[in-house]
Amino acid sequence: MAKKIKKKIKNKKEKKIKLGTSKETAREKMIGQHIGYRYDVNMLPDYKKITPFLKKYVEAMGWDDLNWLEDVHMGYEEGRPAVFCRNANGWVTIPKKIKLPNDQQSRDMIARELLIKFQMSPKHPLVDLKKAYKKG
Amino acid sequence: MANLKTTEKKSKAQSMGMHSEVLTGRTQQKFFNPDEAENFYYFGTYEVDFNKRTELDVKNMEAPEANKKIDSLMSEGYGTIVIKNPQGKHSLGVGILNKLNLIFEGSLGYFGVGSCDGPSVRINGRVGWSCAQNLMAGKVVVEKNAGSSFGAAIRGGDLICKGSVGARTGIDMKGGTIIVGGDAGAFTGFMMQRGRIIVLGDVGINLGDSMYDGNIFIGGKIGSFGSDAVTSDLTSSDKDWLKRKLKVAEIDENFDVSKMTKIVAGKKLWNYDNLEPTEKKGAI
Repeated sequence: MAKKIKKKIKNKKEKKIKLGTSKETAREKMIGQHIGYRYDVNMLPDYKKITPFLKKYVEAMGWDDLNWLEDVHMGYEEGRPAVFCRNANGWVTIPKKIKLPNDQQSRDMIARELLIKFQMSPKHPLVDLKKAYKKG
Repeated sequence: MANLKTTEKKSKAQSMGMHSEVLTGRTQQKFFNPDEAENFYYFGTYEVDFNKRTELDVKNMEAPEANKKIDSLMSEGYGTIVIKNPQGKHSLGVGILNKLNLIFEGSLGYFGVGSCDGPSVRINGRVGWSCAQNLMAGKVVVEKNAGSSFGAAIRGGDLICKGSVGARTGIDMKGGTIIVGGDAGAFTGFMMQRGRIIVLGDVGINLGDSMYDGNIFIGGKIGSFGSDAVTSDLTSSDKDWLKRKLKVAEIDENFDVSKMTKIVAGKKLWNYDNLEPTEKKGAI
């Protein structure tokens, strides 16, 4: 009996390691590969889980809610949690030192905050592009 | 060419030789530092003050001249700009990639406030075709009615029309929220791929035709459903979000959202991941 319980725990651990890599949906099983950006694009944000940073951002922009950030979700690329930056047209992986909560809504809020920090950073790839190609 | 002989043993995708395709983008962790200082402006955009206000009369200006003048005012730090006498000119207020409070005292023609990223715009009149097309972020409020292709291909932000809108509202939208206080025409949400549309009144025929993803919420009567558009249950999270959005949009806060119909994609048209690699191979 005890052995069975141990086995179950092991399976759960394996699932955590393979975060975002397993073929779970019927679509993924049908095409035989994992869809890296799989998350519910229709998920509406839970405003109870908004972070203090996002609150400040919304106030600074003069908006009443998350606005365009409602479309930002945490995805998974190559088995790692990541957020897609539309301006750089690439996935930005979440640093390993950041501990992620278990629910997708809280993860989405973290993804939104990190995306803002990435986009506003002077290290963003668009900064160099702007310097090189900006007209006038 | 697909190997038809082996389709029984392998999945359809395997028989098409698609398994070398990896769905990944470029990883950019090297650019990213989560401890960056708080900075709410894009690098290289103007720092503006909402309390610094000015007026601009565009009666005797062409659209390009007026748009350059708006840009010049932003560079001087003006955060609130009131545009007088727009007189239905086309392409006014386009390409603003800055936070800004922009007010139009009148109506706009075609392609008004297109390709914007960040401003809060209020139009105290009507708008023509394709208002706020390709909006990335920000808020656009139209006080009266709007023409066809309202919010075409928007990626983000809130687009609000307090009156009624024409046909093909939210065509090809890839994000963002469109809110209509009145009625909407035919083909609302045509080919939408993501995002949300709220219509408090009635909608015309072929609602959500060929939609790939996204949510449509309708308060009134529906002319007919388009291909692959199906109804779905309205969840409590949907209701909370709808109430919040109607408050943000300054439209009928007391509207009974529980009676709204939710429309989503039936997912029968989800064939892109099959077709794309095949097409790529054909092109090579």
